[in-house]
Amino acid sequence: MKLNRRAFIGTGAAAAATLAAPQVMGQGKPRVVVIGGGAGGATAARYIAKDSDGAIDVTLVEPTRKYYTCFFSNLYIGGFRKLSSIGHSYGTLASDYGINVVHDWATGIDRDAKTVTLAGGAVLPYDRLILSPGIDFVEGSVPGWDVTQQHKMPHAYKAGSQTELLKAQVEAMPEGGLYAMVAPPNPYRCPPGPYERVSMVAHLLKEINPTAKILIADPKPKFSKQALFQEGWRKHYSGMIEWLGPDFGGGNVSVNADEMTLDIDGTVENVDVCNVIPAQKAGRICELAGITEGNWAPVVPHTMQSRVDENIHVLGDSTDQGDMPKSGFSANSQAKVAAMALRGSLTGAKVFPPKFTNTCWSLIDTNDGVKVGASYEATDEKISKVDGFISQTGEDAALRKRTYEESLGWYAGITEDMFG
Amino acid sequence: MLTIQRALVALCAAAVAAQAQAQDFGDPENGAEVFQLCSGCHEVGRGAENGIGPHLNGIFGRKAASVAGDYRYSEDLQRAGADGLVWHLDTLDAYLENPKALVTGTRMSFSGLDDPQERADVLAYLRQFSDDPQNIPEADPTARAPEVELSPATLEIVGDPAYGEYLSSECTTCHQRDGRDEGIPSIVGWPEEDFVVAMHAYKQKVRPHPVMQMMARRLTDEEIAALAAYFKEVE
Repeated sequence: MKLNRRAFIGTGAAAAATLAAPQVMGQGKPRVVVIGGGAGGATAARYIAKDSDGAIDVTLVEPTRKYYTCFFSNLYIGGFRKLSSIGHSYGTLASDYGINVVHDWATGIDRDAKTVTLAGGAVLPYDRLILSPGIDFVEGSVPGWDVTQQHKMPHAYKAGSQTELLKAQVEAMPEGGLYAMVAPPNPYRCPPGPYERVSMVAHLLKEINPTAKILIADPKPKFSKQALFQEGWRKHYSGMIEWLGPDFGGGNVSVNADEMTLDIDGTVENVDVCNVIPAQKAGRICELAGITEGNWAPVVPHTMQSRVDENIHVLGDSTDQGDMPKSGFSANSQAKVAAMALRGSLTGAKVFPPKFTNTCWSLIDTNDGVKVGASYEATDEKISKVDGFISQTGEDAALRKRTYEESLGWYAGITEDMFG
Repeated sequence: MLTIQRALVALCAAAVAAQAQAQDFGDPENGAEVFQLCSGCHEVGRGAENGIGPHLNGIFGRKAASVAGDYRYSEDLQRAGADGLVWHLDTLDAYLENPKALVTGTRMSFSGLDDPQERADVLAYLRQFSDDPQNIPEADPTARAPEVELSPATLEIVGDPAYGEYLSSECTTCHQRDGRDEGIPSIVGWPEEDFVVAMHAYKQKVRPHPVMQMMARRLTDEEIAALAAYFKEVE
């Protein structure tokens, strides 16, 4: 079922011909193209293929052959996971679900012709398009930093080689050195992510370089799970971590990657590692498609369709949907709602009321896991939070250990749900 | 299992008496107009400061009488805060309906809003000036959880496995469909009745796990039966 480039060019040419005449639908199987093979895209592709029993032709476009999940990448930095354990490939989606997996970049979308152009030149026609490209960075959000400096000052906010680089830099820090993080402004991928990262860096440093220090410059006056993280930092990493919120200049920073310095409100620090997590926006292909307003792509809550173009569904981090945090769990949940709505329109499959959920687990230290989660419903205006829970400060060690073990089970579950 | 069942029978009886009260969340635009009743004393939004009454930024999820700065609250409101009164949709709703009914000695001289819709609207308006769950996931809800009645006939409902298969996609983010148990228990191949009883036990908070309580609370009795019928057959 694997298609090569040539086969695609063929399909593209044929489709261009049919497109001249209206009514693509009804002249064979409806075609769905999914861009982005992460928690949103892979889940959507799999559910559409699985539940339509071959009635819908599904193509998944993802540039990398090995996809590293952002979730659990902090655990690799802390030494709790091997990098290989968070890498996944698309073989099962192709072989068991009949999905055409194309490893290429989507470089353009023609919404009138309903086609996607790939970097390799192929043109894919679609009846429905799903965009789940994750995040890109807002240029100039951290003065002195741009993506060309990511090899000196990594963001490690897309998992894989960046994560490896950041861990290697932490391991190479001089004794008593300084790790700095420039935290992002809201909204961004994985609200507790930067603070779990700090916990995992602290865990690693405590083992190999216990006099080292960690400094966080943060433009936000408060952050997700703050009480839990700060309690954990006092307990496990006393005296190691300093957090500077906007009251202490954390929102007024610039960096110099050649000098390895961080300027916080006029005070220049020499840093050994500088983890710059810039402000974020929807993956670039959303902008190219012309479906963004501001930095994000607004969607209709009941179906995850773009508010600009009903032939496009947008999932996950790129969306402006309401209350759900930008997380892999959210993207996976939204993907199932979109897959159902899309099958309803294309093949008349039964559509049930949408339900959304999210849970984020974070690891603070060995066997000290915490979680936050909520359920959501679609209203006309937005996806609204209905109900939620969060771990409490002062919980006993047994409960925290169970919470961590639960996160391992969730990882196994969601990755099976995404990749088959 | 028997203990839970007995507990459930008691709960069922109690729940029949309880009213189902699925109230919609308010309209923030109407709420902005209702707020004019409040704006003589309270500021909200960018740059809001304490005046005759405290500013209302970030009120959702905040302990009563805890605005930073020099605002002087009545002793009663301070005591209520110390006793654990936190401003959520339900507590604010009660306070706006009749302030003195909730906090006897409050200095807020406001006779109350009788119309539930006006209260819902103004709370929807105020909700916009508190933490957004998208950024701080533990922030307060912006919609109301549906409350569901439970009758003793619940265990008799025959589940629809096709509906259960659709609903199961919410479960399989964590529980693996092939029944592997790696930190999260297997839920496949259970006898239907055990499944139904367990889910209602979560729903009624007889079983403790917060994720499962949340998941179960939003499922109707038919949905629980459908899931039980579906997962029974999964191998």
